Amino acid sequence: MAKAKDTVSRTLMVALVLSIVFSVVVSTAAVVLRPAQIQNQNLDIKTNILSAAGMLETGASAEQIESTFERFEVRLVDLDAGKFVEPSVVGVEDPMKFDMYKAASDPKMSTNIPSSEDKAGIKRRPNIAKVYTLSENGNLVRVVLPVHGYGLWSTLYGFVSLEGDLNTIEGLGFYAHAETPGLGGEVDNPRWKQQWVGKELYADNPTEPQIRLVKGGVGSDAKDKEHKVDALSGATLTSVGVERLVNYWMGERGFAPFLKNLREGEV
Amino acid sequence: MAGSTAKQVLFEPIFSNNPIALQILGICSALAVTTSMSVSIVMCIAVIAVTAFSNLAVSLVRTQIPGSIRIIVQMTIIASLVIVVDQVLKAYAYEISKQLSVFVGLIITNCIVMGRAEGFAMTNPPLLSFLDGIGNGLGYSVMLLFVAFFRELLGAGSLFGVTLLPVVNEGGWYVPNGLLLLPPSAFFIIGLAIWALRAWKPEQVEEPDYKMSRHTAKEAF
Repeated sequence: MAKAKDTVSRTLMVALVLSIVFSVVVSTAAVVLRPAQIQNQNLDIKTNILSAAGMLETGASAEQIESTFERFEVRLVDLDAGKFVEPSVVGVEDPMKFDMYKAASDPKMSTNIPSSEDKAGIKRRPNIAKVYTLSENGNLVRVVLPVHGYGLWSTLYGFVSLEGDLNTIEGLGFYAHAETPGLGGEVDNPRWKQQWVGKELYADNPTEPQIRLVKGGVGSDAKDKEHKVDALSGATLTSVGVERLVNYWMGERGFAPFLKNLREGEV
Repeated sequence: MAGSTAKQVLFEPIFSNNPIALQILGICSALAVTTSMSVSIVMCIAVIAVTAFSNLAVSLVRTQIPGSIRIIVQMTIIASLVIVVDQVLKAYAYEISKQLSVFVGLIITNCIVMGRAEGFAMTNPPLLSFLDGIGNGLGYSVMLLFVAFFRELLGAGSLFGVTLLPVVNEGGWYVPNGLLLLPPSAFFIIGLAIWALRAWKPEQVEEPDYKMSRHTAKEAF
């Protein structure tokens, strides 16, 4: 090693030049690629919503997804009051830009869930949630609601899609989780998800969802089978987590007040 | 390694001096991202790009780098390249970048990249260093794809997401081996691969650290 390049001034010089050059490289990449990344993220969310609603055709192109999604109306809902609110309440113009999971960690925009009520294991719940409604000729035909909750290893994030009666499940899907591949990871299995189609959330009381995941399979003559879905084999804790998170979000502390109002046309 | 030819630096790391199998570097990501072939391939391309270009960059400025900060300089170069790769994946291969999640970022700590920058690029000309980076990236890729092949085929019954062995859950006959979808299985597969490689090329077998001496004590009774 030559002595000349080990002087203090030389060392500082090299460090400075290197930092400048590489910060330019990194920031250029970040700025140039930003639009494409945002587009990807938005498309991903829309794909998940359509997939939960059973409206996603296999191999649909980005344009097809966008145009199908156009039919949905994105609205914000105050969970406690169960009523629609204007996007300006949360400080955005476009409701699509509201991130309810970010809001869940903001003390001003979320509430602490007492541990006795925290069935979904999420600790905090945002006050405002983002829902997607689809109307045809003025009649509500479909509502897609976001749900999340803890399974075995991870928080599962997904959507539940309901038919116009706001009781019958039309589909359910999780877009982010880290459950055991092959066991709990089977929440992504299309055959399992297919079982949810046509199940009913509520029995007599419209604030107490009755969904149960049962071991050993739901027989064709099982009692209350309209509320029951097969548990995932080898994944008891993931199944329990899914059952609890669906019941939490469709219950009194979740979307039940909103669904009740919507059913009675009072929103 | 003075006087290495381009062909040597490019192909030797694949079997004769494989970074994973012989030097046991870069194991962490080999365990984490090998559950499916398509994810592994993207990871391999990312690692090849980073090793090649970091070697090139380090080699270009190698005469200017003061010895006292050389590791930091290498680290800065590698980290910047990894961030660029991560951004590109997020923009053009979003699905796969979601599955790779933190492991793209963790290429920074992949010992292969750092090892080649310090061990080769600091003392060799740019072109040769670039090829060395590609070669070592390929060596890493060969192992990764080997592991991913068995994990995806036997763990999920498919390759590149195409079902080859219809699994029971979907009405087929194959009972998938769940262990292969979990990280420890990669250890077993890498171990078996090293065994096979060393049986084929016995010169890679290491000298044992110590040999047990012969039992000479007389029976006590």
